[in-house]
Amino acid sequence: MSKVPYISMKKITKTFGKVIANNNINLEVNSGEIHALLGENGAGKSTLMNILSGIYTPDRGSIFISGKEEKFSSPKDAIHAKIGMIHQHFKLVEVMTSLENIMLGQKTGFFVNKRKLAKELKILSDQYGLEVDLNKRVYDMAVGEKQILEILKVLYRGAKILVLDEPTTVFTPQETKKLFQIMYKMKQLGCALIFISHKMDEVIEVSDKVTILRKGETIVTVDTKDTSPENLAELMVGHPVDLSINRVKVKAKETLLEVKNLKVVDEDGIESLKDLSFDIKAGEILGVAGIVNSGQKEICEAIAGMQPVKAGKIIFQGEDLVGKNTRDILKKGISMSFIPEDRLGMGLVGSMDMVDNLMLKEYHSQKGFFIDKKPAVARANDIIKKLQVKTPGIHYPIKNLSGGNIQKILLGRELASDPKLLIMAYPVRGLDINTCYKIYDLINEQKKNGVGILLISEDLDVLIQLSDRIMVVCSGEVTGMLQAEKATKEGIGLMMTGHKSKVKEA
Amino acid sequence: MLRFVKRDEISKRKSIMIKIASVMLALVIFGIFIIFLKKNPIQVYQSMIKGSFGSAYSTKETIKLAIPLCIAALGVSVAFKMQFWNIGAEGQIMMGAFFASMFALKMPNLPRPMLLILMMAGGVLGGSLWALIPAIFKAKWKTNETIVTLMMNYIAIKWVTFLQYGPLKDPKAKGFPKIANFTQNAILPDLFGVHIGWIFALILVVVVYIFMKYTKKGYEIAVLGESEKTALYSGINIKKTIIISILLSGGLCGLVGMIQASGVSGTLAYNVSGGVGFTAIIVAWLSSLSAPIILVISILFAALEQGGSFIQSSFGIPEAAAQILQATILFFVLGSEFFIKFKIERKVGDAL
Amino acid sequence: MMIQLIAFLTAAVVAGTPLLFATLGEIIIERAGNLNLGVEGMMLMGAVTGFMVGLKTGNVMAALIGAMVAGAAGGLIFAFLTITLRANQVVSGLAVATFGSGFSTILGRQLVGQTAPQAIKLFFKTLNLPILSKIPFIGPILFKQDPFVYLGYIVAIMLGIYLFNTSKGLNLRAIGENPGCADAASVNVSLYKYIHILFGGALCGLGGAYLSLVYIPTWQENVVSGRGWIAIALVIFASWNPYKAIAGAFLFGGLDIIGFRLQNAGIQFPQSLVDIIPYAVTILILVVVSMKKSKKNAPPKNLGVAYFREDR
Repeated sequence: MSKVPYISMKKITKTFGKVIANNNINLEVNSGEIHALLGENGAGKSTLMNILSGIYTPDRGSIFISGKEEKFSSPKDAIHAKIGMIHQHFKLVEVMTSLENIMLGQKTGFFVNKRKLAKELKILSDQYGLEVDLNKRVYDMAVGEKQILEILKVLYRGAKILVLDEPTTVFTPQETKKLFQIMYKMKQLGCALIFISHKMDEVIEVSDKVTILRKGETIVTVDTKDTSPENLAELMVGHPVDLSINRVKVKAKETLLEVKNLKVVDEDGIESLKDLSFDIKAGEILGVAGIVNSGQKEICEAIAGMQPVKAGKIIFQGEDLVGKNTRDILKKGISMSFIPEDRLGMGLVGSMDMVDNLMLKEYHSQKGFFIDKKPAVARANDIIKKLQVKTPGIHYPIKNLSGGNIQKILLGRELASDPKLLIMAYPVRGLDINTCYKIYDLINEQKKNGVGILLISEDLDVLIQLSDRIMVVCSGEVTGMLQAEKATKEGIGLMMTGHKSKVKEA
Repeated sequence: MLRFVKRDEISKRKSIMIKIASVMLALVIFGIFIIFLKKNPIQVYQSMIKGSFGSAYSTKETIKLAIPLCIAALGVSVAFKMQFWNIGAEGQIMMGAFFASMFALKMPNLPRPMLLILMMAGGVLGGSLWALIPAIFKAKWKTNETIVTLMMNYIAIKWVTFLQYGPLKDPKAKGFPKIANFTQNAILPDLFGVHIGWIFALILVVVVYIFMKYTKKGYEIAVLGESEKTALYSGINIKKTIIISILLSGGLCGLVGMIQASGVSGTLAYNVSGGVGFTAIIVAWLSSLSAPIILVISILFAALEQGGSFIQSSFGIPEAAAQILQATILFFVLGSEFFIKFKIERKVGDAL
Repeated sequence: MMIQLIAFLTAAVVAGTPLLFATLGEIIIERAGNLNLGVEGMMLMGAVTGFMVGLKTGNVMAALIGAMVAGAAGGLIFAFLTITLRANQVVSGLAVATFGSGFSTILGRQLVGQTAPQAIKLFFKTLNLPILSKIPFIGPILFKQDPFVYLGYIVAIMLGIYLFNTSKGLNLRAIGENPGCADAASVNVSLYKYIHILFGGALCGLGGAYLSLVYIPTWQENVVSGRGWIAIALVIFASWNPYKAIAGAFLFGGLDIIGFRLQNAGIQFPQSLVDIIPYAVTILILVVVSMKKSKKNAPPKNLGVAYFREDR
């Protein structure tokens, strides 16, 4: 019985500037099916779903709903085609009640008839097994409640196709269970559900089919019953690619940094780092693998003195850094450099020129009120030569330079202070191949000089080939610590999604 | 299909060209308005120039109008650079005038240089303290500074009004509600026919320029204004930087109050500021917060005002027209910001 | 004593009416997410246009419509700058305030000293509402007023119902809080902003017209004298709520005229210091709200921020 698929996306291609987010992607979902979309960060999952929900228009390709071709030029069109998207970041008005949020944008007549709407919603929520307090204001709700509200919202608009974007990211196990029950109910009622995730266990538990995306392309679609977490992990990260990066062998020396039982809590009271411990030796590269928002940012910022720490110790060359802020650390001469992921938003000032940016960390150590720019000017010219930075001039605002050149300036500044510890977060993100290799060479150079390096990257091939050891983090915990020589991408992939390594390997 | 796309970059030259083009456009539109009034635009513009710079007298008047604008705009720009929307310049000017005037009225017989210096200190203090209040609210509780500084303006004006009609009312003024005139010792001396406020203005333009570009604090203010995260990353003490920049901002405006009370009115009155605080915001914004450009623009706006009152007598065009011209220029420059940030592009059609 | 109190409160209502219109107008504009500092300008434009049209035609309707159109024109300039051209809202508002001031002075030059025509004055004389005006105490205060005051009540109540009981009002409130969310719910954010800013401007214009046609009603250059700025404070005092705005406007109206009466009562409290109270109270409210991080009385979350949808 060949059923016409409810959703059929054919040859979808979407580019943003130079980045090809989706390349010839095909996806088919039937009604009464839960279809998981699996892939690493940047694989193209969110872009594809944004196309399906009308937020983006594809450069090429077509979408068929129940066999009929549809063109979505706005979210309104997608809603009309009964597609409901539950975003990772909720689109809810905080100060309004559930009822008001559902009513938003609806043509419910001039006057608001709360009773009528409440009645309609009760029928809907009973049908699907959703529990929603219609008079509760969103700012009083827990994450799970907000998400159920989002689901009710799209169901009210007649959605029969539901797209859930990483729904369980901040859920407790109980909330996850509740969500899955709702999903089963919807499946029974003939809906088609697309479930974006990289949590392997959940994908196996709840989905009927899985489509794996990698680097913007469809790799394969499999029946969930025919696969396993290991199989999925391998499909997700792909076969190892030899990048010909040399791993420089340096005899590891003394322990430079010791992080013990680090606990960091965010402003909502949720633990972003739970009892985290690791160490880095001089002349060693410790790679950090993990899904985005697993705690990498907090680790970096805690060590750099930017993030208040709830508990634990950060011992650098015998001294505990906990409680010291960035300026204290700089003043103490603690020789550490941090290259943040957010280049223009944190590491550099976009509207300023190269000279002013180079002074960011050490202007304050100059004596007096005035800033002497001469040493920075000299260093700017030095960096341009050494790292081959392409810029119209040292007095040109750096936000207009290419990503690669911006990163070179950031690196140049941070390396100039001859730090003993280097913290780098996604240092080659968005850069062209040549610049990437230059940066890998730079990292190896530092390693030879006895610098300890904490390298956070999303490219597992690079991590395996460049680092000495790899630490895998998931949800604020260390799920694995391995020797890079013996690491496999699938193994890391599994640990990234929460499987703790059974053997303590490193 | 056309659509707007954010520009990646734009050369400084191009953005200045767009701004100048918009000012030209505004002058043309205003010219059309003048034609409606059945007058010749060219003649009117010529007359405005004559009225502001045509004679020694008019030039001096123009400069007298430019001085408070310039210094207040400098003050406003320091706060704006840090993304602190200080709309309270008017009130800070008032309080500066008030503090300065207290010295003038209570110690009228101090030797002139000493009294003037005390008054200057008072002016700076009055303005800084007045600006400090909203700054503390923002630093501690993130209270929206736009509205608080706005409200503080009127509190300051009403306070001075109260003084003028009440406790400080001059008994010798024959029932007319005004505060006593300052003694000669409290009046700023002239140099070349204009009170020495012009020297302050020039000095301050240089000082603020150097401060913002070449001192540590100026650097920190610029970094903080761009991104709080970057400030945190580089170890800048955010709260301290906010307070210092606001003290500076308010202090400059407070000094204007002293200059106006001492050099122009010779007394304290509730209109000692006369809207300068608001115009200064416009001047600072038009000058992209750059000190040397502030000097130029404040002279231009002063010329507009002075020229405006001149054409009233010669053309019968009310001087309020200068306000309309000011607003029109502002509308067009505001609008031009859009074309500086975005460019028009043909939308890529759906492919085969 | 009672008679004096009633007389005072009655006058407070009258004094508060122009404030009410301007406040209601600004409430709508700020609910749409735009901080408009040009209220004074819009009131002035409405005042002069309303007066001029009234003088030339002697027709009340024409005068009011003229005032509304003028206020809306000011609103249109502000809307175009801040929505389509994404200009800085604070500076745009100040520009409109400057423009409105110049506009009303120029147009008003020929009108100085003139009074509103008899026809209009007659229309706006006190109208006792049957039954309602007989209610003890509040009857004479609230219901023995001129029709413009009654219009104020009606507009305020209608606005309240619109904001809190209609779907369009809900959409508007969402735009002020989270325009991205409203956009995703297929609300046309730009269109809503434009329409409501124009309407808000019209209300400000009406407030100005009340001053020039009924309150004073002779034309003088500074007919609005700062009430536009008080309205901005009043919006916060009323927590962006039209019903509270009624009470707030009359309270501030009372403060405006109390100085004179205090003197008569032998209390030496200067009017200028009384004038400070609305502003000081507003600051207090703002600080308390931000201290408690109170979400209920907080400003619309997206107030003052320009909205535009990324990459489409």
